Amino acid sequence: MAKTLTQEFVKGLWDEIPPFRLVLGLCPTLAVTKTVENGIGMGLATTFVLVFSNILVSALRKIIPSKVRIACFIIVIATFVTVVELLMQAFTYPLFLKLGIFIPLIVVNCIVLGRAEAFASKNSVLASTADGLGIGVGFTLALGALGGVREILGNGTFLGKTVFGPAFQPFTFMVEAPGAFVCLGLMLCLMNLVGKK
Amino acid sequence: MGDYILLAISCILVNNILLAQYLGNCPFLGTSKKMETAVGMAMAVVFVLVLAGVITWLLETYVLKAFGLEYLRTIAFILVIASLVQFVEMFLKKSVPALYTGLGIFLPLITTNCAVMGVCLINVNEEYTFMQSLVTSFSYAVGFGLALILFAGVRERIILGRVPRPLQDTAIGLVTAGVLSLAFFAFKGMA
Repeated sequence: MAKTLTQEFVKGLWDEIPPFRLVLGLCPTLAVTKTVENGIGMGLATTFVLVFSNILVSALRKIIPSKVRIACFIIVIATFVTVVELLMQAFTYPLFLKLGIFIPLIVVNCIVLGRAEAFASKNSVLASTADGLGIGVGFTLALGALGGVREILGNGTFLGKTVFGPAFQPFTFMVEAPGAFVCLGLMLCLMNLVGKK
Repeated sequence: MGDYILLAISCILVNNILLAQYLGNCPFLGTSKKMETAVGMAMAVVFVLVLAGVITWLLETYVLKAFGLEYLRTIAFILVIASLVQFVEMFLKKSVPALYTGLGIFLPLITTNCAVMGVCLINVNEEYTFMQSLVTSFSYAVGFGLALILFAGVRERIILGRVPRPLQDTAIGLVTAGVLSLAFFAFKGMA
């Protein structure tokens, strides 16, 4: 192991931040970022699944036969998604209703399966935990940022509080489907602009 | 009959799975760089989505609901979809090799296509009847194919243009998808 745990964690925050650097998991990114609250809620739910599925996959990596590994990963992930689903239903019901079918759809979020396959199945439990946490926090930050831009421009609010004066005309385009695509595209462009020399 | 046609139109155009419901966007951006791959993906999705829609509906009604096991829905559905994809792949390889080579690598990718899982969940959440689920599954898949092929056509032209460096590839793809989505957005006025 050449890399330390901190490095594994930090790389998820910038170098490999999904959905910008790894163009994976776009569906929840576009769908739930109408407001900051939804974005962060979705990000945290995904982080939970990501960390625990990474831990379990990495712990079982020597037992799982490589031929059926994808099926095993999917079962592990589906189990944790069900856990999140039930927990959210119990404790954060309004958010659960807002996120709707996107909670069960974490199962088919390519980020989670991608990390299980590309990282957790080859590395130790500790490194996989750090990796899952890093990617998860990165994803949450990205969703929060995208949700922030869309909520401020589209609704004139931030976390439900009004930002601009009463004269502000909401830019409704931003909270609708087309705005989601354009906004993500422009943010990706910005990332490329900053990231490249 | 009229109801079914209305349902089909609303699924294909008004609530287009890619551009209005945001499902299945990874293959939308991933396989739309070339027309051939887009057509292959679209066909594979139509094929699998109709089968998956029917089977998950039967599973939900006759197994999960009958025994009060709704909390196992996520696990049950993903297992059905994953094994279905595997099965379809083996079946095609043996019986219709021409189609198999055509769909090729797109079949395994469909397991993690959220459009498939998404439509199955929508069918169940909306409590559609069997015929309605069949119609929605088919029309959502057609809508997916339509949007994907249109988008691939646009993207093939963009490659010829001069795109600023930071916007290249995925970024311009997303902006284009936004414009396409705006076109489909107009159908919302019809509903």
